[in-house]
Amino acid sequence: MAHDHHDDHDHHHDHEPGQHPPSDMELRVKALESLLVEKGLVDPAALDAIVDHFEHRVGPRNGARVVARAWTDPAYHARLMADATAAIGELGYDSRQGDHMRAVENTPGVHNMVVCTLCSCYPWPVLGLPPVWYKSNAYRSRAVIDPRGVLAEFGVTLPSGTEVRVWDSTAELRYLVIPERPAGTEGLGEDALAALVTRNGMIGTARL
Amino acid sequence: MNGVHDMGGMAGLGPLAPEAGEPVFHHRWEGRVLAMTIASPTRSNIDAGRHQRELIPGPDYLAMTYYEKWFRSLSELVFKHGLATPEEIARGRAAPGFEAATPHLQAAQVETMFATPGGYRREVAAAPAFKPGDAVRGRNLNPPGHTRLPRYARGRTGEVIAWHGAHVFPDSHAHGLGEDPRHLYTVRFAACELWGEAADPRDSVSLDLWEPYLEPA
Repeated sequence: MAHDHHDDHDHHHDHEPGQHPPSDMELRVKALESLLVEKGLVDPAALDAIVDHFEHRVGPRNGARVVARAWTDPAYHARLMADATAAIGELGYDSRQGDHMRAVENTPGVHNMVVCTLCSCYPWPVLGLPPVWYKSNAYRSRAVIDPRGVLAEFGVTLPSGTEVRVWDSTAELRYLVIPERPAGTEGLGEDALAALVTRNGMIGTARL
Repeated sequence: MNGVHDMGGMAGLGPLAPEAGEPVFHHRWEGRVLAMTIASPTRSNIDAGRHQRELIPGPDYLAMTYYEKWFRSLSELVFKHGLATPEEIARGRAAPGFEAATPHLQAAQVETMFATPGGYRREVAAAPAFKPGDAVRGRNLNPPGHTRLPRYARGRTGEVIAWHGAHVFPDSHAHGLGEDPRHLYTVRFAACELWGEAADPRDSVSLDLWEPYLEPA
């Protein structure tokens, strides 16, 4: 396809990835949507429902629930580590972009961190859509070669002797990091524990 | 293809810049682009969609935001599938004489669609060539089309740590050559094997790699 209708993007070159794009995107996207609706190719109400799904129905609260259950229920923990897809399905979360899940667990000597160097693969059902930094050229390029430097920029200092395991999501497996349960939380129930679990903790760029 | 999208191990590609309290979408149009990409008839092949984004010229790819890339590739796919011309896409109006289709995804079907398991594992007759514990090397492949074997793993030796059965093979599927399922493995590479002696000897990077990407080591 000719790129003649994209020749107005030169001004994109003077901003960094992650910055807000020019407002003409709103117009161009609106034009495409109008066209697809006019041709009967998309249902605008379905688009509303998809946006609503990502804004309100999926997100890191789902993953936090999985982690809290694993912390409090040894049998669930065992099922999660053996077959994460089935164990996450037990809690009723969607499967799209999470058809093949794998849980990787932080322990006192091991820290896990997830990236997709080739695009932006991310476990939608348990974490929602990825943040801009996860999709950034900086994270995608550096996470595999300098995970400790990346962690330091996130303010994470690992105890000496810790092994870092990076998982590059090159196929349709999707990775969920199970953070270490914070000390002093022995008396907390599942809801209170879930509230302690952060999105970055489940990507591996934070410790709890 | 050896494009700029294959950026694992590069330096100098800007700041990480995590944003506190980040919204799901920064602009309304971003949500519409994502939703159109999912709802459009062009959605049927996730590997073709990924490859379309890889085809964005490198200088543009590096400068564009995430959803700008999605918009560009959606526009190209709508054209490639014969659903609209570039002129129609730019104008936002159909040329006269078209016959309206019926959207294949209706609003009431959206939540069911998200909840319906898809999955990429397929049964194949061939036995897997490798098993956990085997030493394998990433082959030195430089295909002109789509692949999920990053450059940084080519020629490097690692250990199979898991076998996942056969999965749809993106190198074929992205190019309309069918699902062509191949055995899939998780392979762990020592950081020092990938990046040299300066890497931390404790660290590793694991990738999910299809059998055609691997040879015995």
